[in-house]
Amino acid sequence: MIMQQKNIAIIGGGPAGIEAAASLAGLGHHVWLIEKESELGGHLRLMYNLFPDKRPADEVLQEMLSHVKNPNIEILTNTQVADCKQIDNRFALKTDKGQTLEADAVLMATGYRLFDAARKEEYGYGIYQGVINSFELEAMLKNNTLKNVKGEVPKRVILLHCIGSRDEKVGNHYCSKVCCVTAVKQAIEIKRRHPETEVFCFYMDIRMFGPFYEELYREAQEKWKVTFVRGKISEAAANLDGEIQIKAEDTLIGKPLHMRTDLLVLMCGMEADTDEPVAKQLGIERGVNRFFRSTDNYTLYNNTNVAGVFTAGACTAPMNIIDTIANARAAAISIHEYLKK
Amino acid sequence: MNPTPFDIFVLPFTVGMSLLFAYLILKYASWIWYFDRDDKLRILRGLFSLKSLKAVKEIFLESLVHRKMFLVNRRLGYMHFSLAFGWFLLIVIGAFEAHIYMGGAAPFYFPIFFVYFVPDDESFFFARGFVQLMDASLLLVLSGVVVAIVKRFYKRIVGMKSTTQLRLRDKMVLYSLWLIFPLRLLAESATCGLHGSGGFLTYPVGQLMAATLPLEAIEYPLWWAYSIDLCLFFIGLPFSRYMHIPTEMVLIFFRNWGIKLKPDNPILEEVMVLSCPRCGVCIDRCQLNTAVGNHDTQAVYFLQRIRNHEQHSAQAKNCLMCGRCESVCPVGIDLNAIRLRHRQNFTPETFVPQYNNAEAQKVDVVFFTGCMGHLVPKTKDAMVKILNASGDRYWFMDADGGICCGRPMKLAGQTAAAQKLMAKNRQSIIESGARTLVTSCPICYKVFREDYNLEGIEILHHTEYIKRLIDSGKIKVDKKNLAVAYHDPCELGRGAGIYEPPRDVLGSVATLQTTANERKNSLCCGGSLANLTLPSADKARIAEQAMCSLTANHPDVVATACPLCKKTLARTQMAPVEDVAELVAEAMI
Ligand SMILES: Cc1cc2nc3c(=O)[nH]c(=O)nc-3n(C[C@H](O)[C@H](O)[C@H](O)COP(=O)(O)OP(=O)(O)OC[C@H]3O[C@@H](n4cnc5c(N)ncnc54)[C@H](O)[C@@H]3O)c2cc1C
Ligand code: SF4
Ligand code: SF4
Ligand code: SF4
Ligand code: SF4
Repeated sequence: MIMQQKNIAIIGGGPAGIEAAASLAGLGHHVWLIEKESELGGHLRLMYNLFPDKRPADEVLQEMLSHVKNPNIEILTNTQVADCKQIDNRFALKTDKGQTLEADAVLMATGYRLFDAARKEEYGYGIYQGVINSFELEAMLKNNTLKNVKGEVPKRVILLHCIGSRDEKVGNHYCSKVCCVTAVKQAIEIKRRHPETEVFCFYMDIRMFGPFYEELYREAQEKWKVTFVRGKISEAAANLDGEIQIKAEDTLIGKPLHMRTDLLVLMCGMEADTDEPVAKQLGIERGVNRFFRSTDNYTLYNNTNVAGVFTAGACTAPMNIIDTIANARAAAISIHEYLKK
Repeated sequence: MNPTPFDIFVLPFTVGMSLLFAYLILKYASWIWYFDRDDKLRILRGLFSLKSLKAVKEIFLESLVHRKMFLVNRRLGYMHFSLAFGWFLLIVIGAFEAHIYMGGAAPFYFPIFFVYFVPDDESFFFARGFVQLMDASLLLVLSGVVVAIVKRFYKRIVGMKSTTQLRLRDKMVLYSLWLIFPLRLLAESATCGLHGSGGFLTYPVGQLMAATLPLEAIEYPLWWAYSIDLCLFFIGLPFSRYMHIPTEMVLIFFRNWGIKLKPDNPILEEVMVLSCPRCGVCIDRCQLNTAVGNHDTQAVYFLQRIRNHEQHSAQAKNCLMCGRCESVCPVGIDLNAIRLRHRQNFTPETFVPQYNNAEAQKVDVVFFTGCMGHLVPKTKDAMVKILNASGDRYWFMDADGGICCGRPMKLAGQTAAAQKLMAKNRQSIIESGARTLVTSCPICYKVFREDYNLEGIEILHHTEYIKRLIDSGKIKVDKKNLAVAYHDPCELGRGAGIYEPPRDVLGSVATLQTTANERKNSLCCGGSLANLTLPSADKARIAEQAMCSLTANHPDVVATACPLCKKTLARTQMAPVEDVAELVAEAMI
């Protein structure tokens, strides 16, 4: 059976959008891959290396990008959808560049927003130079600029888990899944470069859900001597020379703890981007966690409440890249089946 | 002198009234008996002093005229005023009328049934005047009864969203109360109708009854009904909410004599609980009602449960202690203190006491940010900047965050440990030689004021301190083009009465907007540490309610003066939230 070529608009050019575009083009469809930033890649662009196998992030990104060099894929970077309407079974998308795209299906691959650590003022993010978030640490690793406030190699780095995740007070009950293993990955990378730097991870519990994560965690403890402390830091403050003082409680021994550190890294969780305009205009429902709601968690994971609108990747729930890629392919098949009807 | 009139129908009233008096006298005596020595002395000293006169004046204004209730809700105030004041007039004028008629020797049931016994004698002094005055008073009461009946069925008419629910017992007493005055009108009018007498009310009603009803047959039963109904009301009163009528007066005396609610003396609490007329004013004030939809924890329900000996530990805990209800309660019941008394097992989840090891420095000003101040480093840094610029020699007492003011321990019931800790803190504050103690936390502020006994040292909230620095020119600020709405923290505003200094300070660094719920009426941010049972989602709803009101005029910044309020309001992400100190630090030149 030969199917007439259909048009699909993918909103978001991160790992999910890239992978879905490649799959849909492979199935013979025409795709607009719409990315608001100047380059494709989403959060993957910001990473130095990846868990669990420390593969360079750039290598993975380049390989993925090679799959979207396809005449059936039109890549529209620096582009946003300004207006979006559903007319019968089709979608009319007007871009901010004045282009009108008539799509048979829309795939939301809009990813996530990193939790803004300034909302937890007690940790001093945005106030003290020595307090940074996990992506800023990733950038330091990428650009080889891991320094304390005085420009020296830090003597001590503390990574604090669960910032903006599993936290009733900020309204996020869910676990962001990737931050524990990201902390392990980053701790190992710091130790690999500067074995003399002390690295501490403060956690509520360690969640090593994926293949080879537990092995990585073991490696961090046994080979790299990263110290894991079960406890919550209650507050941080800087002293005159920029050093950060933290107050915490070790909940395993039940004792209060005061420590100084050169860098305090906040392992920020993922949040859904509730301001995203396309979803608003199409009326796509969100769950209590504010990520897109699936029609069925098992059998129709990529479907939404609007027929013809699908979702893929971290805009549906916190997810690592491996799961994002698998999820994007599943979305492509779901769209293909929908268009066949 | 006239002979003493009597009829057997006065007996139900007389019996009811005597029983009620006996009950009240025993009750009051037992209260006084159970007070401790100090309180008994206070009563003795107060009894024949000006304080008693003040109490009488207050009883007149509050129990009869219901001045405070008028201020909160005019229609509700009218209802209570007309019932209470009208009845009071009936009793007083009736007594004069009866005693003049009898030459001073009227038995105590006589004024109540005067019209029956003296239907048309106009020979004594001011007789015509009394008839008209009595009718006017009766009309006043009746108008209140009408409002009360309407309120029961259409509560919105008196301007209330919610009214209280009643038990069967209360209902019976309520209906007997409602019936008293219509029965009195009918009985008096019947007698007047038969004798062609009466005032501007009883005469026409009497004539109408005479024209339509067999008056001779119903007059006597009506007086019986009136007497029996009074009897029912008096006997039911101590077991119903109407016990508030005599109790509130006693409470006013006690309060004027200086008796205070104490943790170990339940008597005054009992008096307060019984004094609540269930006016329901506290219900609509409570954000657990308006933002969260809870309908069983508001002060009136909580007191009702205590009174009825029903389970109330959940209600004791589920309260923000925001004081919004207490600030409008027309009876002036110490609602927060009562709530606290019932929190025996109140213990914060994790609490690690820490002692002060900081060494005192010789300074003018001691600054104490408090444990919550450390959770808002922007505020803390702003205060350090301001203190550095002030020129005052200062000591940042809890700079490394290791000290607690003692309040959490106190609340946890660890009184001895708290005492020890406070003594230590007190000593280093005194050793510093400072004349001023500045704190950022309104809770610490209260603790320093009430529990530390720091004579000679002035305790200031940082907004008061900053105001002085600006007024005296010790720091200079620039007025910025910034619209600010100010949130009164419960503990600083209603709790400590500090409303103006933060506003004055904000006025000199920005343009201060007015908001719908200000000062005494300010909404609670919901972050209250006092409520450990409220789910975060509900707390968030309360914070959103407060922010909706604050951001109505689209300010650039919402300002507040308490670390906890700041954190709680900021969480809504509805507008930037900053402490007054931060805005000042930014505006300093
Ligand atoms: C600190 C940290 C480290 C991590 N490290 C790893 C790791 O080592 N290994 C791993 O497997 N995973 C890692 N992850 C997870 C990884 O980031 C995600 O799995 C992945 O980015 C999800 O891809 P996505 O395409 O769904 O979303 P994103 O990467 O967020 O991409 C979404 C894209 O959509 C675009 N977009 C959004 N809205 C619009 C719009 N309206 N119009 C146009 N474009 C729009 C965005 O600009 C973005 O480019 C890490 C996550 C964090 C927080
Ligand atoms: S993955 Fe770990 S750090 Fe991240 S939210 Fe879950 S438990 Fe917290
Ligand atoms: S507690 Fe005060 S406000 Fe509430 S019902 Fe009683 S008297 Fe009225
Ligand atoms: S103190 Fe506040 S929360 Fe508690 S009952 Fe009164 S109004 Fe409601
Ligand atoms: S009152 Fe509370 S916030 Fe203020 S210092 Fe004491 S314990 Fe800390």
